[in-house]
Amino acid sequence: MTKNPAAGVLDRDGLSALVEVLIARGRTVIGPTVRDGAIVLAEITSADDLPFGWGTQVEAGRYRLVPRTDGAVFAHTAGPQSWKTFLHPPRERLWSAERAQDGTLSVTGDDSGQPSYAFLGVRPCDLRAITIQDRVLAGGRYPDQGYRERRTGAFLVAAECTEPGATCFCVSMGGGPAADSGFDLALTEVLDGAGHRFLVRSGSEAGQEILADLPHRPADAATRDAARVAVDEARDRMGRAMPPVDLRTLMGESLEADRWDDVAARCLTCGNCTMVCPTCFCTTTEEVTDLTGDHAERWQRWDSCFDVDFSHLHGGPVRASSRSRYRQWLTHKLSTWYEQFGSSGCVGCGRCVTWCPVGIDITEEARALHDERAGRLRHEQRKETEQ
Amino acid sequence: MSVPTLAVFKLASCDGCQLTLLDCEDELLTLAGEVRIAHFLEASSALTPGPYDLALVEGSVTTPADAERVREIRARSRRLVTIGACATAGGIQALRNFADVEEFTRAVYARPDYIDVLATSTPVADHVDVDFELRGCPVDRGQLLEVITAYLAGRKPDIPDHSVCFACKRRGTVCVTVAHGTPCLGPVTHAGCGAVCPAYGRGCYGCFGPSGSPNLRALIPLLHRDGMDDRAVERLLRTFNAAAFDREVRS
Ligand code: SF4
Ligand code: SF4
Ligand code: SF4
Ligand code: SF4
Repeated sequence: MTKNPAAGVLDRDGLSALVEVLIARGRTVIGPTVRDGAIVLAEITSADDLPFGWGTQVEAGRYRLVPRTDGAVFAHTAGPQSWKTFLHPPRERLWSAERAQDGTLSVTGDDSGQPSYAFLGVRPCDLRAITIQDRVLAGGRYPDQGYRERRTGAFLVAAECTEPGATCFCVSMGGGPAADSGFDLALTEVLDGAGHRFLVRSGSEAGQEILADLPHRPADAATRDAARVAVDEARDRMGRAMPPVDLRTLMGESLEADRWDDVAARCLTCGNCTMVCPTCFCTTTEEVTDLTGDHAERWQRWDSCFDVDFSHLHGGPVRASSRSRYRQWLTHKLSTWYEQFGSSGCVGCGRCVTWCPVGIDITEEARALHDERAGRLRHEQRKETEQ
Repeated sequence: MSVPTLAVFKLASCDGCQLTLLDCEDELLTLAGEVRIAHFLEASSALTPGPYDLALVEGSVTTPADAERVREIRARSRRLVTIGACATAGGIQALRNFADVEEFTRAVYARPDYIDVLATSTPVADHVDVDFELRGCPVDRGQLLEVITAYLAGRKPDIPDHSVCFACKRRGTVCVTVAHGTPCLGPVTHAGCGAVCPAYGRGCYGCFGPSGSPNLRALIPLLHRDGMDDRAVERLLRTFNAAAFDREVRS
């Protein structure tokens, strides 16, 4: 990272210029901003919309916005949305059809042109989540055209983490607070005696080009060091961790665990965890017709394995119990995702933990399953030695 | 194919749900072209005796006469759809289910012996077969049109059974429970309203009744945490869908 030639230092005006330059190039800039007592992701029109001086305090099932005296802009943790809100929107029209008077049908695909996005402040965990959704939605034999267009056109400005939250556990999922690749520009916020500034690195030609347009100075050793220390320290301050075991095997060997009953008693099957998860991709199809039946539309909307109807086949739902639905979520995230897409479906962003109204914690559930399996194995061993 | 006939009936209710149909101002003329309105007292005094292709029934069964009438409506209707919290859950008037209705009649009426009511207020589906139940107090206009449109197109209406939270997250609302500690019934309530209340910073108060898989027992400790005592929780649950939520608490 320190060898990267295209590194510089932006001050607050430089950050403002970044937003201006991106907008001037026709991009819709999405970034963190304060709304309704949280830091949400929304379109911003100037750097003034960013959450300067706001931080967050999170716990399982709890999120509070708190003022910060240092004026930091990226010292907060994940809000209720992720970038999937923009790349894989909650509701999207796929096509419409008209029936003419003579009965002929005409179908029109919805290629009305996708926005050209710039995402400002993408966390390293979310960079990984985007890569995971790329494989799911843009890879394979049947790519989602809308997703692909929005994604290939998007300009990503990463923000490395210097202030992990109490529900963050990216390190134990093989990630970390540093952004190494997958961005056009990466920012690291530095706040010390020498002022409020951002180490900026480019990760692509497009990034380099934008950086050239911004008022910035060459990266000095002090800023580089301060940035590295802040990110390194963040790595050691993760609020949570997954148990250090092979989660894939753990899930595979826990399908009949008693713990599923315990979590099912607490789970509301409200679906919040899957909606906030930056990798969950499930949708359902919605057919819209008008009263005359001459006009029809097909929409796609977010759905979730917590919805009973999600597994409805002829005769009824396959996963009728909340036990089976919670198990589907956890085993898909941590295990069967590998078979499907070659990686874990969890990047450790902590959103499902924070935004679950009853605070069900994926790391705690995994640990309980681990303990239960360990107990089972001990019991079996004891039986064997007794024989 | 001849034009299908539509009939709208009312039992014990406030008329709000059938008004929702009249409220579909932009679609009313088109609707009138697609169906023949055969019985809809709120819109027209011209009545035909049936049979009806699609009957929308509002209101709960609270008297022996209602019970008889709804059987008669069923016999004259090919499809019977109940609309609103009264017809699908017994309505606010189901509060009587938790009390002694005779005590009420004695207190309210000069001649209680003139009053012929049932001890409980019950949903239509407790009395006759119902083809579809559309929830809400009142029903959502878009959902009502969807039920009618789906009927006309011969398809299943797209009325999800999941919680209000699904809609709340889809519209990008900040969760009032997680971010503000505001009590919210969204996680156990049937979607359909579009998660209006949380979008205005207040908790859901359950006007669409229980979702397809509510876990009310897991939510109650949260309501307590967020400042509601037992009495307040009881009041929150005992509104338009009192009887339906009560069944969930006991299940
Ligand atoms: S784990 Fe939490 S957020 Fe997910 S469905 Fe259950 S109660 Fe809702
Ligand atoms: S499962 Fe939870 S912690 Fe993992 S990526 Fe999804 S929301 Fe984040
Ligand atoms: S966890 Fe559930 S909602 Fe998420 S991707 Fe898997 S099946 Fe879909
Ligand atoms: S505000 Fe209410 S409805 Fe919305 S997500 Fe939170 S609990 Fe669910």
